[in-house]
Amino acid sequence: MSTTETFNDTPAGIGSAGHLGRLGDSALRPDGIAKVQGTFEFSGDLSADGFLWGATLRSPHPSARIVRIDLSGAWKINGVEAVITAADVPGVATYGLISQDQPVFASEYVRFQGEPVAAVAANHPDTCRRALEAIVVEYEVLDPLVDPERGIDGSHPPIHPDGNVFRHQRIVRGDQTLVGDIVVEGTYELGMQDQAFLGLEAALAVPDPGGDGVELHVATQWLHEDRKQIAACLNLAEDKVHLVLGGVGGAFGAREDISLQVHSCLLALRTSRPVRMAYSRQESFLGHVHRHPCRIWMRHHADRDGHLVRVEARFVFDGGAYASTSSAVLVNGITHAQGPYKCENATVDGWAVRTNNLPCGAMRGFGVVQACFAHEAQMDKLAAAVGVDPLEVRLRNAMQTGDRLITGQVVESVAPVARLIRELAAMPLPTEPVGGSDGDPMRLPGGAGRTADVAHVRRGIGWAVSIKNLMYSEGFDDFSTARVRLADGVATVKFATAEVGQGFVTLAGQIARTILGVDDVVLDRIDTQIGSAGSTSASRQTWMSGGAVDGACRLVRERLFEHVGRAHGVDPLRLAIDGTDVVDTMGALRVPVAEATAGLEIDETFEHHHRPTEDLDELGQGNCHTAFAFAAHRAVVDVDPELGLLKVVEVATVQDIGRALNPLSITGQIEGGIAQGVGLAVMEEIIQTGGKVRNASFTDYLLPTFLDMPDVRIGLVEEPEPQAPLGAKGVGEPPTVSSTPAVVAAIRDALGKDLTRVPVRPTDIVF
Amino acid sequence: MADELGNQIYTLHVNGDTREVRDAWVGESLLHVLRERLGLMGSKGACEQGECGSCSVLVDDELVCSCLVMAASAVGQRIVTIEGIAPPGAPSDVQQAFVEAGAVQCGFCTPGLIMATHSLLERSPSPTEMEIREELSGNICRCTGYGRIIEAVQRVAVGRRGDA
Repeated sequence: MSTTETFNDTPAGIGSAGHLGRLGDSALRPDGIAKVQGTFEFSGDLSADGFLWGATLRSPHPSARIVRIDLSGAWKINGVEAVITAADVPGVATYGLISQDQPVFASEYVRFQGEPVAAVAANHPDTCRRALEAIVVEYEVLDPLVDPERGIDGSHPPIHPDGNVFRHQRIVRGDQTLVGDIVVEGTYELGMQDQAFLGLEAALAVPDPGGDGVELHVATQWLHEDRKQIAACLNLAEDKVHLVLGGVGGAFGAREDISLQVHSCLLALRTSRPVRMAYSRQESFLGHVHRHPCRIWMRHHADRDGHLVRVEARFVFDGGAYASTSSAVLVNGITHAQGPYKCENATVDGWAVRTNNLPCGAMRGFGVVQACFAHEAQMDKLAAAVGVDPLEVRLRNAMQTGDRLITGQVVESVAPVARLIRELAAMPLPTEPVGGSDGDPMRLPGGAGRTADVAHVRRGIGWAVSIKNLMYSEGFDDFSTARVRLADGVATVKFATAEVGQGFVTLAGQIARTILGVDDVVLDRIDTQIGSAGSTSASRQTWMSGGAVDGACRLVRERLFEHVGRAHGVDPLRLAIDGTDVVDTMGALRVPVAEATAGLEIDETFEHHHRPTEDLDELGQGNCHTAFAFAAHRAVVDVDPELGLLKVVEVATVQDIGRALNPLSITGQIEGGIAQGVGLAVMEEIIQTGGKVRNASFTDYLLPTFLDMPDVRIGLVEEPEPQAPLGAKGVGEPPTVSSTPAVVAAIRDALGKDLTRVPVRPTDIVF
Repeated sequence: MADELGNQIYTLHVNGDTREVRDAWVGESLLHVLRERLGLMGSKGACEQGECGSCSVLVDDELVCSCLVMAASAVGQRIVTIEGIAPPGAPSDVQQAFVEAGAVQCGFCTPGLIMATHSLLERSPSPTEMEIREELSGNICRCTGYGRIIEAVQRVAVGRRGDA
């Protein structure tokens, strides 16, 4: 139960505790050396003898009727081996994570700019490009639906047979007429953020020799869900579709949905040759789901002392053209409307709407980023109205274990909200004055442009606190599978958990070494030759796949103890692991695990399920979530009010993590998550006009660089979570959830101005 | 020199070796030729317009984005890629420091950052933190938030001073 400053944490080196780290150590990545030497194989690096390149023809229009498709021009080009459209999909014509409403290829209508219409396979990427150009598609351009309110009020005709509303959900709890002594209100808006992983979508599809199956090597977050959707579209049994994880260059939610999976398999089966597909950056912007743009109205009611008595809210999530996970993102958003604060009464109305904008789905924070931006702005307004400090109003309302959410669910998780706030407040502020003490213009807003006048730059400080659900919600039977074999002192661990950069491969080894007392852990290939691990999302793999590896290791250890107990005439219950030995806790016996397992093979598989959850009822009541994690952020920002430029100086955070299984990995998750939160706050947005994307490139979509990213100061609160198999909560999402509102609060503080939209643009600051 | 299809045949000097490029369309980028024709897959493409630095290589000791250089224009120049930094299994000090400092997550930006860091420390053995930020700002990392990368670079600078 200590707070650990990991800012200057020094991890152990390779060869010492690094490679051989146990739980709690800053063990190093087993794939680290391969990654720094460039030998790690990402999905886009994979090749096979005689392969062809695949490429996708995409709609230039956000809404249009397809009048005619003429493929003959493409077939005339030397080197073209396949040209396919919707007519070539042998199975189900559509796919999707929750409802299957997205066509593999558009046939009658295109519903967003970039929707796939056809695909080709050819001998060279440039041949593919020419083949795509030679396909003639005649469109009747339609009036796009781009305002989600027109989907709600019914003033735009349905753009899909399933209608224009993905889901409407209310939360009605307690007194519906209560009016507080103090009432604050606001409308907030978030732009569309892109996950912008570096490793572009890529896959290698290899057909089985007989043509009745396919092996797909792909960068994804969830192998088994991909397989299910691919098999349905290919009209193949699932056991005829093998998936292998291709090296994943980041994910952040964007790889939870199908992109090129079905297309590459279709082309491989059609040509009986391996097919490589690799998206360009522009195509990647169009070809995966994004963070939902959202408009949120909130009205908070409080007593004179600032205690919340009722929250009213209306959320409108723009889901874009297809369903993806919009209905779950909506539920996440509205069920987190109160924030990490006690509140008995609520009236919330939430909509997820179909439009002709880019499809939206999962991104780190999953609906809660949107809610937190709004409720934290409201808490600052409430503090001002009550006349107390922003931290004081949060402390007065801080949620505790045992409190109820507005869904009626009791928060059983460890909920150290007040402690997070107090420890964050106790952290030192940056000591450097505006512009620094060395006069380096790089420290000022505008940087090398030397545009800022130090005397005019204003510094602001902002705070934000968050609650984030962990794992899946609303009745989904969420589980992960692991298999562990122990022989001759070596543990071999198998799972289908997608390693996307987060470091589960490091953690799996730490667990096996700790539980089994071995130094040597071999990680088997990550593929579908074992049960599902669920998705690498929702901050769930440390808990879920960590729980599965832990469970399988414990089963193996039980059998090891039985074996040692029999061999030495000792009750197995007296045995324990100490370092790399099996020891008798009540006697002198000490046997190295390597010796005890000589000539022996123990093999166990374990599925970890989290406790069941329920659907929300019509009034938004029900135990829909599994567990929760909390975080608090403080941002310091320097703002140039004349030019609208700014510099985020520092973000400090204290995070509720349960237990630090790998402090170095946690530092990486927190710093990286904050970078994405800062990006949303001040620069990142996919801009669409009339459904057309204006900035699908890294030149025009701005990402935080080394110069944009502030120093990060980290405190960890370790109060082990009783529900979690290893006592540890997921740490991936909370850093992204409350860093954005903290940065915007700091800008408001600097300017004394109400800012209601992210990303904050120069014009929002100046005018 | 051109072959019967009008494609160029040329040689490149990569990592100390002379490599012949045949049957290549003359418009191919150095990144494409390194990866697809010479089998050097360590350089990565992530933006194809010189914004992210994932494809960074050295051409005559100058750090360039190989996606922006035509391969045929690099004839006669010394090209060093990530594969030329250190032999497999024997990482350089920079590579080792990246692993130990936690500067690697997904690792897609890493080869480019290793190239940029080697280049930086050649030119400036003891960079300030602001200098590191400025010099490496052409390389985007989406996972780490950069903190551990800065830490890695500083560790190498300190380590090299200790060795001297």
